[in-house]
Amino acid sequence: MNKNLPKWVDLGLIPLLTLLLAFAVSGLVVLSIGQDPIEVVKVMVNGALCNPATNSSCFSGIGHTLYFTTNFIFTGLAVAVAFHARLFNIGGEGQAGIAGVGVALVMLSYDWPHWSIALVVGTLAAMAFGAAWAAIPAYLQAKRGSHIVITTIMFNLIATAIIGYLLVGPMQAEGSLPESPSFPEAAALPTMHDMFGWFGLAFDKNAPANISFVLAIIAAVLVWVLIWKTRLGYEMRAFGHSEKAAVYAGISPLKITMIAMLLSGALSGLMAVNTVQGEAERLLLGSVEGAGFIGIAVALMGRSHPVGVVLAAFLFGVLTQGGAELQFALGIPAEMITVIQALIIMFTGSLENMVRIPMERIFIRAGKGATS
Amino acid sequence: MMDFLTHDLLQLSDSAVRNAIPLLLACLAGLYSERAGIFDIGLEGKMLVAAFAAGAFSAIAGMPAYDGGWGMGAWSVWIGLAAAIIASIAFSMIHAFASITLRGNQLISGVAINFFAAGITVLIGQHWFRMGGQTPQLREGQRFEAINLPFAESLKDVPVVGDIYYQLISGHNIIVYLGFIIVALTWWVLYRTRFGLRMRAVGENPGAVDTAGISVVKLRYSALIIAGILCGLAGAYLSLGTAAAGFGKDMTAGRGFIALAALIFAKWKPLSAMGATLLFGMLEAIGNKYQTVDLGFIVLPGQFMQALPYILTVVILAGFVGKAIPPKAGGEPYVKER
Repeated sequence: MNKNLPKWVDLGLIPLLTLLLAFAVSGLVVLSIGQDPIEVVKVMVNGALCNPATNSSCFSGIGHTLYFTTNFIFTGLAVAVAFHARLFNIGGEGQAGIAGVGVALVMLSYDWPHWSIALVVGTLAAMAFGAAWAAIPAYLQAKRGSHIVITTIMFNLIATAIIGYLLVGPMQAEGSLPESPSFPEAAALPTMHDMFGWFGLAFDKNAPANISFVLAIIAAVLVWVLIWKTRLGYEMRAFGHSEKAAVYAGISPLKITMIAMLLSGALSGLMAVNTVQGEAERLLLGSVEGAGFIGIAVALMGRSHPVGVVLAAFLFGVLTQGGAELQFALGIPAEMITVIQALIIMFTGSLENMVRIPMERIFIRAGKGATS
Repeated sequence: MMDFLTHDLLQLSDSAVRNAIPLLLACLAGLYSERAGIFDIGLEGKMLVAAFAAGAFSAIAGMPAYDGGWGMGAWSVWIGLAAAIIASIAFSMIHAFASITLRGNQLISGVAINFFAAGITVLIGQHWFRMGGQTPQLREGQRFEAINLPFAESLKDVPVVGDIYYQLISGHNIIVYLGFIIVALTWWVLYRTRFGLRMRAVGENPGAVDTAGISVVKLRYSALIIAGILCGLAGAYLSLGTAAAGFGKDMTAGRGFIALAALIFAKWKPLSAMGATLLFGMLEAIGNKYQTVDLGFIVLPGQFMQALPYILTVVILAGFVGKAIPPKAGGEPYVKER
């Protein structure tokens, strides 16, 4: 990224320092609400990874953490792909929500005989609906110059209204709850418990993590191949670096904007396979639960690289699951995680120069000293 | 029909005004920062933190001393307002520091501010009051009361004019009237003062402003301080000036984004901002009053009314109905040439 800095500083040291700053300020927030930061970290790590005291819930924690991680890999990749083409997609929330509608429509339309078919069909539906919800903002950005950030925010809000309408109207199950009917039993995706069972291994029965996690890892690999190993990926990155140069090189802004955003929407949409098809097995109100926004933090922290995104997604999985434990153990509201997430976005995103500028000073000076 | 006009329409207009005020103030806040060249998608967060500060401090100030409060009686509401403005300015300054001084990404900063506000208000609220993130119900003296304009009672029975005066114009709280005064003030500042001219210039071509020997940084910081004050008023209105009478978790409920939509709808102009927010306030009022809207040939669900401001904004942004052209330098950090 930056020619002035050694790679390990740019991709290793600066993200690490900004993350530490974010955690340090989070610690201050914990102190300010009269809690002990060390205790908070303990509870979170135990809750999210393993709890030695009650060994039976050991896999439950990990099972939840991986479930959240799956969501964040999808939404993080979605933001990352768009970032490469210098597009800021904050529409993950709406795209994943509408993808949930797509998954529900497909699952309820036919009595799918086996989960493998349901997985393929659900995946395609999620991608198609997610991409479709990103298509209009993408087209308006490319053709009419409407700012994609504003249009995707608007589309998030419109999606909320549509889903709200569907779940108390046409798609509502019998009863008064705003939710769709349950999907056919045979279409239920294998959980981690089932998957571990295939190999004769044990895993918590009630944990929501399911086969979508594998799907997320595959998606990460494919994104890596796309961005760094294909012509299209090269064009996207070129467009992201300089639109003018890209146009001069014969790259069509319309094409790149559309493709990047459709891919981004499809990736956000995939999250619905995990939540709607894998876990809830019906469409619920607010099933995205902010994961679309967390994708922004994940992509920023992961430097828009699939490996970074997977690692950052895991960190946020730990934070989300650990945050739920905080409520039980210490009575700290789950909003603690929102605060940590905000601080990570702030320090690794908008306040990054606070670390970067001093680093550049140090290393450029050191570099000059070495060469002269 | 006459009954509809005098009763329903008046009632709708009255709630439209009430709904529009927080949108209007936030929209004008956005106007100052965006006209100065700083994208401000953190309006929502600033408003939220202001609503919390207002609710919390008004409650504490109004609590009798033996309950651990400050026992300030009728002054409480003003303490709440001051706290709201201070909190909102503080958030605005984080945005300013990130966007102006550090030249960071303004959109990301705004996103972070929204999340920070959503989290911190509940955390501190729960720590202070233990009410699940809410603040205590505010009583008289802790919230803004309706002001009855002169002669409202005696003109009440005059047909039409009296109705309008009594129901629509009179009987709002001070923030409502202040909101409309600020529209006029903003117009005057923007188009009739040196500061306004410079602010508009800095949003279009900061290089030219800098060349003229005027500090880009100072101008942009001032704009964001004003934006902070206005979001503070908007937030204070929500917790001190509505039937809520206190702060509730996520009480802004997307109003910051509607305000942003209104700003684009109004093409970054103060008088149009008033029109746009009143329109959106009216849509909200209709959505609240009627579950469905029967237009004769089609029945619209209530959710459609809820989504209409956003749909209209997309249409406007797409340039199908009059093109919305944002300030040219918006979102670009200014790097002084050396």
